[in-house]
Parts: sequence; structure tokens; C-alpha cells
Amino acid sequence: MQSTSPPARPDNDARFLSRVHPRDWRNPPPKTRYDLVIVGGGPAGLAAAECAARHGFSVALAERAHLGGNSLNAGSVPSKAIIRTATVYGTMRDADEFGAQLPAEPALDFAATMARMRRIRTRISVYHSAYDLAALGIDVFFGEARFGGPDTVLVDDVALRFGKAIVATGARPQIPDIPGIAAAGYRTSSTIFDMTALPKSLAVVGGGPLGCELAQAFCRLGAHVTIVQNNPKFLPREERDAAEVLSWSMARDGMDIRLNTAVVGARREGGARILETLNNDMRGEIAAEEILVCTGRVPNVDGLDLAAAGVAFDPRRGITVDRFLRTSNPDIYAAGDVCLSLKFTNVAQASARMAVENALRQTRQRHDGSIIPWCTYCDPEIAHIGLQVWDARRQSIPIKSYTVMLNDVDRAITDGQETGFVKIHVAEGSDRILGATIVASRASELINEMAVVMSAGIGMTALAAVPHTYPAQSGAIMMAAQAYTRDVEAERRQAASAGASA
Amino acid sequence: MSGLRRLSDEALVSRLQHAAFTYLVDHADEETGLVADTSRPGSPSSIAVVGFALSCYPVAVENGWMTRMQAARQTLRVLRFFRDSTQSKAGDATGYRGFYYHFLDMRTGRRVWQCELSLIDTALLIAGILVAAGYFDRDGEESEIRDLADALYRRVDWHWAQNGTSGLSQGWKPECGFLHYGWEGYNEATILYVLGLGSPTFPLTASCYETWSLTYQWENLLGRNVLYSGPLFTHLFSHAWIDFRGIRDAFMREKDSDYFENTKSAVAIHREYGERNPYEFEGYCRDFWGVTAGDGPSTAALRENGRDRRFFGYMSRGVPYGPDDGTISPWAMLATLPFTPDAALAGTRHLLETYPQVCRHDRFSSGFNPTLRSEPGGWLSPGWYGLDQGLLAMTIENHRTGLIWEIMRRSPYMRAGLARAGFKGGWL
Repeated sequence: MQSTSPPARPDNDARFLSRVHPRDWRNPPPKTRYDLVIVGGGPAGLAAAECAARHGFSVALAERAHLGGNSLNAGSVPSKAIIRTATVYGTMRDADEFGAQLPAEPALDFAATMARMRRIRTRISVYHSAYDLAALGIDVFFGEARFGGPDTVLVDDVALRFGKAIVATGARPQIPDIPGIAAAGYRTSSTIFDMTALPKSLAVVGGGPLGCELAQAFCRLGAHVTIVQNNPKFLPREERDAAEVLSWSMARDGMDIRLNTAVVGARREGGARILETLNNDMRGEIAAEEILVCTGRVPNVDGLDLAAAGVAFDPRRGITVDRFLRTSNPDIYAAGDVCLSLKFTNVAQASARMAVENALRQTRQRHDGSIIPWCTYCDPEIAHIGLQVWDARRQSIPIKSYTVMLNDVDRAITDGQETGFVKIHVAEGSDRILGATIVASRASELINEMAVVMSAGIGMTALAAVPHTYPAQSGAIMMAAQAYTRDVEAERRQAASAGASA
Repeated sequence: MSGLRRLSDEALVSRLQHAAFTYLVDHADEETGLVADTSRPGSPSSIAVVGFALSCYPVAVENGWMTRMQAARQTLRVLRFFRDSTQSKAGDATGYRGFYYHFLDMRTGRRVWQCELSLIDTALLIAGILVAAGYFDRDGEESEIRDLADALYRRVDWHWAQNGTSGLSQGWKPECGFLHYGWEGYNEATILYVLGLGSPTFPLTASCYETWSLTYQWENLLGRNVLYSGPLFTHLFSHAWIDFRGIRDAFMREKDSDYFENTKSAVAIHREYGERNPYEFEGYCRDFWGVTAGDGPSTAALRENGRDRRFFGYMSRGVPYGPDDGTISPWAMLATLPFTPDAALAGTRHLLETYPQVCRHDRFSSGFNPTLRSEPGGWLSPGWYGLDQGLLAMTIENHRTGLIWEIMRRSPYMRAGLARAGFKGGWL
């Protein structure tokens, strides 16, 4: 059941725009030469601009649309707002699990859900305001940017000369080559939040992080969701156990799951959009009111005239960078989704700061992503940091995983959030932590403890001795470390008794 | 049933083994020798069950359940059927490139259900064929068994199944080619790799096994160190033919363990999981376990005491990551007899005491779920599954006499395959 509430106050959107692309904005007169020109005002571009400005460099930032990039406008922020509402509906449906009773069947107010999302986006946009950037001394140029030469960026034909430049143009949804998809009509992560009513049925193409997140959220809001993934498992970047936990969770939500299934055609029939599918030799069809395409992201390299600057790129993989984020033009760096395979906001920001340090402060920071955590915000959330087990094994690093199931963690039990686990990957023969995978309702928070631990070089022995609050789900991390110490002690005892009997 | 409970351990195990074996005889086609996947009317044959049956005929001879001649003739019937069966790309052939379709019509031997040309099930069949070749070592009819077995093994084009990669697909269909699924993580496929590597005609490339083992995870889980795989059968299938005691591949050398010890650890985890019973299923305890692949209820989901109860039908269930819907396979505990005899017997006796209905006519059902009370005493899979019965008869024999292990230790193909997979030490 859906009810409606009044539309969001019109000034909400106006306030949002007044920050991320003010209507009355006038581009400043360009300086003769900037220490740094940044192309793209998303998470990477903004992080780079603020970092460089705070170090006292002259900075110009070019943005063609809205500051904040995909993350604020159509990615992390709006999706997390919607997911939160979806979680509330999910919890209401599961109220009896907590010994609670609802007075009535919860009714969805989709307009209120979307209005909340827009309010939150507006609120968070305050941290991405063009005027605030200007106050930091950053020259913000709105307009289409392209390179005019190896040391020049043109914004709507205004030349910005630079000592160094960073390309941070991000990525956009990739549209797969499915016959008929355009005529059938579809939405992407960039347009899904424009919906004004919850579709009765939604077919999601793609089982990567975004596809899974949105599919689950719309399912919990009440849409009948079918998710199609052209792979035997969801989240191919994650380990099998994590992906399978998610599969079962999504099935429990009532989603129709079509793994290992390709979409080979699409068409429109009356009010319905039809996806034609192929699972090995089995043909099938999925009818839905809306289609959401989430099949990855392609880097935004078009229209930049990268060739004019001598910057090498691949249309699918993006700008080619070395470990120091430098492009084939030694004065031009790249950061974020336009050049990295890990397309996450925090990865983009971290790479941008690193690019600034390397470009302007002559450091040699390497971007290897080894201690940058990432998370997929499904329920349960799936977070990872560091090496995957298969990475270690390919590198012939003996690795062992210490696992604690959340259904053995007191706080997870009391919270009714028992689905998931904490796995800490350790270099065998030492207590050095190589990576961790966490599947938990708040894995995005728990993984940050692992980020601190790994950044500080803390090993399992020391981690086991760190008192954690009790009860807390993060206690699972301490328990995994304690499993390590018990294991090592058992090995020592075994070795000692073998030595004694010898 | 009360009769079973009064038996000594040895008598109990012997009786259950015999009953398991008789499934393979009772459900074999008289002409083709193919054995039915399940006891349900109209069931096709599963080639894996045929592999178990071929492995069990020597067991029957040694236990006096068949004469040697009966066993040899039954074996020959099967081998001749496979020799003469159609190998082609046709959709109703029996096999292709020396592999066979997973399910075959019992009487015609032709492919049914548009099923896949199955690599693992062909490997289980071939393993049974090699048991026959190793056991029947006399002249006359028995020499034909050896010749046929050799020819059938040699014609399997394992290399083709790599499809030009360093990995291995799970199967192939004439309608769409190789299936999308590969092998990720440790599971029951060791026998497939070993047989594929040991082939003198079309062997897997040397890197194939390494490619697979790179996906293994060595975990400390519920207090035990284990090469993880969730479903219990994955720790038993290859082990029914290969005596892993003391032999190690590169992975196990690194971990200072072996696959026999690993199965013991897996059992300990299954028991501990049963005791912890995180999903509060009916019956689970230290002596009620056996979460594995098998039949289960397909009933619609229930909501009970604030918990979702979803049921998965025939499914590969696993521990501790799941899926688990409260269904165990009653035969599975006893099938661990060679590895953890005390646990196997304690669990089996507890099961027979508490839920005697799981063992009708001395044969264990494929699945039992006491949490689902739609039927009095819980949900019980009707009839029997051939895989369960064959595996049980084999593992009990290995525990009692080591017969299958002993035969396969002598197989030159098995030894070559193990060596190429990097196994060393012990009886190798």
C-alpha cells in the first residue's frame, strides 16, 4: 500500500543547487597560471582541491554540472538515504523477531521517502558549496572542460594554464549492449532517484555493489524485484562466502534471483518492460514496470581531448596511471573513478590526496589500495580491506583466516543481527594482518577498526589484548584475534609435546 | 527399528552397510546395468550412482552378498553399455568426448532432462570403473573388464574440458557449450582433478590443479583449523576412493595437514555447529548433524517465533555459512566412520534412538527436517537416493577393511594423477 504526502518544498532543490551549481555563479577571471588545475568536482576533485589549497597552492577546479559528483548527486548519499528507509520498513516487517508488535501493516509513503533523500542531499551539499570552495581560495569554473595542450585546460574556451593538473572526471553508468534496451526504456543509478512512485515491479540488471544495494532497498520498500546477474555469484570482487550470505539474505527478502543469467534482449509490451534472458541454454523472460541497469561504470574520458595533452587512456579502463597516479604526461595526474578499478568514494578521495602530494609536494606515495576499506551497503553490509585470500595465494603468501560467525557474538544476538562474520586474514607464521572481510549489518563501521589496525601495523597479538566495549558487534574483531592467540598457543604446546616425546 | 538399537556397533554398521548396498542392486536396470538416481518411480540413472555401484560390487563379493561371477557380470554389463553407447554432440546421446551426461534413461541410456555433460559425475563413474579394473584381476570375463575400463578411461578428453583455459568448467551442453560455472574453493572435485591429471591420453594441464587450489581458504573456524568447504559430502566423496592418510599436495604440506585430517576437522566443526545451533533448529546437538547436499522440504516459507523458516528442497547445504534450513542427511554421520568413528556412531545411535523413522528398511533417508512439523515427526524425504547409499556402503567398507582404498592405491592412473597434482609422501 502506498500513501502520499505533499511534495518536497520547492526551495529544497533550489538550496541544493545554490550550493553545488549556483545559478548566479560567475566564473572568476583566470589567473595567468595555476599550480594545480583539477578537472572534475566530484569526491576526488574536491578532495584534491581542498588539499592543495590548504597547502597554499593556487588551484582552479572545473566542473561541468554539479559539485559533489556522482557520490552526492546520484550515488552514495541518495542511495544510503533510501536504504535507511528501506531498512526501517524491513525492521517493521520483522518486528515480531524483536518481540514487538506493530499496530497496523506499515504503509509506504514513497514521496516522503524521496523527500527525505533530497533533504539529506541538500543538507550534505553544504560541505560541497562552490562559495565555500571560493572562500578557500579555489577558483571554481563551471563549464565543459577539455585539454587545449600539455599545460592548458579550456573551460568553455577560457584557458587555464597549469603547472600540474589532476583529471578527476569520475565515471558514469555503463549501458550494456542489449538489443532493444533503449526502446524498452530503462533507468540507471543516475536516474532511479527521479522516480515519483514506487514501481510495482523492478528488474535489476547487474549484481555488483550498486545493483545489489538498490535491488534490496526497492524490494524492502515493497516493489517486486528480480535481479539478474551474468555471473555465478553476486559481487564478483568479494569472496564466495560473503557473496553467498548476501544471496540468501536477498532471497529471504523475497527477491527473485537469477544468477548466471545473461540479458539478451529487451522490449516493451503495453505497460510492461520485458527482459529476455538466457541461463546457459534456458531462455526466460522477466516482465517489470521498470528496468534498472547497474552493469558497472565507465570512466568519463570523452570530450576531454586527452590526446591534446598527451594523456594515454583506454575507453573502458580509463586514464592510464602509474603507481604514483601519474599519467603519460608527467605534469598530469588522475584520481578516482576515471583511472581506478575500485570505484568507491573513499578510494577516490584517498587517491586524490595522494595525487596532490605526489604532483605538488614531490612525494612518491604509491597507490596500491592495500589499506583502503570498501563496503557494499546491502543488509548485511559487505566490507573488505587489504588482500583477498586469492590475492595472497597467487603471490605465494601463506595465509590463514580467523573467522568469527556473528551468531557467536553476544551483541549481534541481542541486536537480532546475526547474519554474517568477521574474517581476518593473517600471514602464517606471524601475526601480521593482511586483510579482512566483514559481513555484518554495520560492516561499514566495523571495517574501519581494521583500517586503523592495519594502518598502524598492529598485529593479532596486540589486537587480542585491546579491551572492547561489551557487548559490541566489534567484539567479533577482538574474538578473531583471540582465536589467533589460542591457535598459536595450541601450536606451541603441540610443538613442545612433540619435542618432549622425541 | 528397535532391533537396530540393540545391535552391537559392528553388527549395526554391517547391517546398515548391507541395506545400503542392496539399493544398488534393487534399483539397477537388468539390461543396461544403470542404477537409478532415486527409488522414486520413473527415476533416471545418475552416472555418479553407477560409479558408486561399480565400486560396491567388490565390496559385495568380499562380504558374501554377491558371488564374484555375479559381480563381474554386473560390472561387465555396465561397462559394455558405456562402450556401446552413443558418444556424439546429439542432444540425446549418452556422452561426448568420453564424458557422460549426468542423468540417463535407465533403459535406453540416453540423456534425459536436457542435463549437462557432467565432469564431476563422469569422474565418479570413472573412479568406479577403475575400482572394477583393479579388483577383477583374473582371466576370462575379468580380463574384459580390465580392457573395457582402460578403454573407457582413456577416451575421456579431460583436456578438452579445460576449454582452452587453465581452469575447468563444471559441464557442457550441446545447446550452449561449456557451462558458466567453474570450481571455486575446496570441494568434492579432487577426484576429478586427479583422474584428469592421470590420463595417459588427454590429461589436464599441470597448472589446472594449482589454478583450482589457489581458490582454497585455510580457516580457523569454530576453534578448528580447516580447509573450508561447507557441505559435509565434499569432505567424503573423493575420500571414498583416495586414501588421503599421510599423502599431501603442496597446499597440505604448507598447512602441515592432509585431506584425511581435514575431514576430521570438518566433522568437528559440524558437531560444534550442531551443538551451538545458531538458528534454533529442532533436534540439532552435538550428535545431530550432517548438513550436506541432499533432499529437503520444498514447503513454502514459514514465520515462526519471529524467525523466518525457509526451505530449500534438494540443495547443497553447508556449515557454518549456510545455507541451512534445519535439514540433515541422516546417512551423513555414519559416512564419516573412517574419519571420526566415535562421532559417527554416537550421532547415528542418537538419531536411531530419537528419530527411528529416518531409517526405514535399514536404509537412511536422504533428508530429514524435524523443525518442519507439517508431518508428524518432522519432514522426511520419501524413498532413498543412490548417491547416499553408495557412498555409505563404500565408506563403511573403507573403515572396516580399507578395500576400496587398497584397490585404488594400486591404480597406476590414480597414482600418476596424484603425483601430477603434487601429492607426495605416505603410501605414494
